[in-house]
Amino acid sequence: MTRKPTPRNPPPRNLAPHNPAPRNSAPPRNSAPPRNPTPRKPPARHPRVPLPVRAVHVGAGLLAAGALAHVLWSGLAERGVALAFGALVVVGELARRGDGGQEEPQEREPAPLGAAGALAYALLGENAGQPTYHGVLQVVAVTAAAFLVGAVPQLARGRAPTPDHMARRVLTVAFASVCFQPLYNSGKFAELIGHGPYYALWLVVLVALTGLCDAVLAAALVRARTQWPYGPLLRDELRAKRGIGSAVGASGAVMALAVAVAGLWALPLFSLPLLLTQLSFSRYAAVRTTYRQTITSLARATEIAGYTPQGHARRVAALSRAVGRDLGLSGADLVVLEYAALMHDIGQLSLVDPVRHGATADLPAVEQRRIALLGGAVVRQTGVPSDVAVVVERQADPYRDQPLTARIVRAANAYDEMARGEGPGGPLAALERLRLATGRDYQPEVVESLARVLSRGAVAPAGG
Amino acid sequence: MRSVPLWAGVYIGLTATGAALCAAPALAPSAGTPWGAVGLLAVLYAGCEQITRCRFIGRRAPRSMAGFFPVLLAGVFLVPPAAAALVAVPGAALARVELGPAPPRRIWRPARYGLACWAAASVHVALGGRELLAAGTPAAPDFPLALAPAAAAALVFALVVAALDGGILATAERVPLRAAWRGLFPRSLAPVLVHGFAGLMMAVLWRSPYGALAALLVLLPMYISCWVFAQYHRERSAHQATIRALVQAVDIKDEYTRGHSERVGEASVLIARELGMEDERVEVLRFAGILHDVGKLGVPTRLLRKDGPLTPEERRVIELHPEYGHEMVRGIGFLGEARSAILHHHERLDGSGYPYGLMGRQIPEFARVVAVADAFDAMTSTRSYRRGRPVADALTELKRCAGRQFDPQMVRALVRALDRHGWRPAVTSDEPEAQQAAAASAARAGGAAAPVATADPAPAADPAPATDPAAVPVPHPRSTRTPLAGDLPR
Repeated sequence: MTRKPTPRNPPPRNLAPHNPAPRNSAPPRNSAPPRNPTPRKPPARHPRVPLPVRAVHVGAGLLAAGALAHVLWSGLAERGVALAFGALVVVGELARRGDGGQEEPQEREPAPLGAAGALAYALLGENAGQPTYHGVLQVVAVTAAAFLVGAVPQLARGRAPTPDHMARRVLTVAFASVCFQPLYNSGKFAELIGHGPYYALWLVVLVALTGLCDAVLAAALVRARTQWPYGPLLRDELRAKRGIGSAVGASGAVMALAVAVAGLWALPLFSLPLLLTQLSFSRYAAVRTTYRQTITSLARATEIAGYTPQGHARRVAALSRAVGRDLGLSGADLVVLEYAALMHDIGQLSLVDPVRHGATADLPAVEQRRIALLGGAVVRQTGVPSDVAVVVERQADPYRDQPLTARIVRAANAYDEMARGEGPGGPLAALERLRLATGRDYQPEVVESLARVLSRGAVAPAGG
Repeated sequence: MRSVPLWAGVYIGLTATGAALCAAPALAPSAGTPWGAVGLLAVLYAGCEQITRCRFIGRRAPRSMAGFFPVLLAGVFLVPPAAAALVAVPGAALARVELGPAPPRRIWRPARYGLACWAAASVHVALGGRELLAAGTPAAPDFPLALAPAAAAALVFALVVAALDGGILATAERVPLRAAWRGLFPRSLAPVLVHGFAGLMMAVLWRSPYGALAALLVLLPMYISCWVFAQYHRERSAHQATIRALVQAVDIKDEYTRGHSERVGEASVLIARELGMEDERVEVLRFAGILHDVGKLGVPTRLLRKDGPLTPEERRVIELHPEYGHEMVRGIGFLGEARSAILHHHERLDGSGYPYGLMGRQIPEFARVVAVADAFDAMTSTRSYRRGRPVADALTELKRCAGRQFDPQMVRALVRALDRHGWRPAVTSDEPEAQQAAAASAARAGGAAAPVATADPAPAADPAPATDPAAVPVPHPRSTRTPLAGDLPR
């Protein structure tokens, strides 16, 4: 940890504490490329992939390999149709955007066109009025092959799909085609449902089931990796389906129906609206990213001003998010939590003299509350949801008066401040102090959750 | 309620009459209007327009779904022209009116869409689109031939809407005739084509055995796309509010400079426009201007508010603010060039500035722009310890220092821009209103000598004048306060 300059002790001109990168002796002509462009932490590494996740990967891989072998052995049925859908999936994969929004499940479908094309092939019954005969294995083989072909150029651009994503894609396509193709190819479908409006309705039901299956699988994968409670994860995934997921599903069903009526010409025609949706989503994702970066910058203002130690806001945000996850918060609550945690110290900017090391947890309660109110006033001026301002304003109140999000931020903040102050063995001592103060200041459940999160080691320890 | 100009009233009346005449044949008993389809489409369209009112779905739905054309265009491809005109009527008439007098708009909108639908459907019929949609036995759409009449119909739709819109702009908003139509059609072209193809697929599925339900599914991606777009706008305005909050955080610490950042942003934009920069760079430059002093957040408040002269040591601390600012915003990707402007806005052409002492062209372009804008506003704005100087004086001062401190190109651009547009900053510091008005009138006079009394001694008396933008205005004689970012003694 580096000591921040205090106003009485002005920093030397070389700004060493703030600028870890060595300064060139020759000034850069144009400093647009940031000297240290990645302030966020490196992507979480998982040295060991948990067993269930590996089982899913291996299962999907075996399924895809088996399907490919089968198709190579027995040849493609309706070559033209298979090629057209394969091409669509490849194009969709090529149009993939980066996995920038991994945090937000709403943005988790990076290649909607590819997903919709694969779904449409799985649900394809007729082509321009003529029945088709491709089976489950061919669907899996064609989509998996197209997926791999489309992923190759993405590898070069560093946007390769993750194994999770590939496995999910293969398994959901297999699920949809298992539900549809055998019934259709054996003619049972025509007997049971006929070829009218009910057929379309049945496709919609299948699409919904497939979406459900995908959400269950995705939540299970995340659960296996992180040990977060399953319910909120599933809720998050299902909520995400409302957005681009439902657009993908509807497009898949419509493409299958439209090809049945109008032949393969329907494919390019239908890609247009979906590409439009994708464009909207990527712009949305871009502005969200920028927004988050700006909030983070605002949060770092207190660090640069020397009010709080380096990285404090970021650590509190990460810790709060993890605790929120552990306590079963989801979606919008987590965003509120993150923003509030990032900006919880902003009120200190209004102080004429910084608090020593920004350790607000040791200040008298009245002073703490005053800083919190000042911070809330600043936060209200930002465009964040007003819940965030409430959390910032109430962070110094006793926990019984606080919303859950504020309790979490308060505990995480106090932990980060105390753990740093206590030297080696600080984390344990800090937890002990928090536990002792659970009568009034910190909610016992939150502190226990904090202890769980810390013991899992998912969040970098304080002072790092 | 705003009254409607006479000509606009006449224009709306004519359009409505035209639309009524077009739709009238559908009401004749012999017309064979497919009332089932027309009714369903009309309800669907009205539903799309009304969905924003529904509290459950519409809470975060786009505020205006006007322009939800796939349904209208599906009507164009499905039903006879006169009936297609009717499809638009209920939805457009009942849609929410965001602003302005409601009754004329409730007549105008259905008339506009009715006419456009009628024209598009007539073209579609004339080009044989109907036969191509159900050719051969069993009836199946004949792709790709069916695409051509559909595209033509969509184009006609866009054209008619654009033509009618131009008319209403000219009559109601008094936009000059030539300007009224500019850009209306090209801008609507791409969306209408995409919506047209979606409408075509709706029509194809509508006629297929799968029926209207399958056609409905087409709307879902379109709706979600609109929804996301609205979210995007919400998020973007939230983001801009956050940028403002960054600036306001500076204002909390440094009360002298209220509104300064916003005005520097405006002045930078004036210069950038004058230099003919692309819109995107102009926007980034605006942010550069707004955020140029954000590093003052890193300077101790006690120092910023200090009364009395600063010691050299304190001065050096204040001069760190460009570096602090750069350090803060370097994580914000979209700022791009603006980050270098924040770092270098105190550099001078002769290399005597800080933090790096860059010279001439070494200083990034954005930084040279912001430096001029910063100095200009520092001179013209009123602060608690002194009054602002007239625009003309400030420009003279800038010209005097051009070449040594400022880039002459930027100074010239600012002079030209002020000649053309005047200086009417949206955000002013809390100066006395009379003076504000005087400053504005001076600006309107094109920077001519303004009758603003200034208590400042002549800047020429200073041996090293205009060395630092913030130091340009010499403190009020009675005030012991010193300008913030003091000039480094060399």
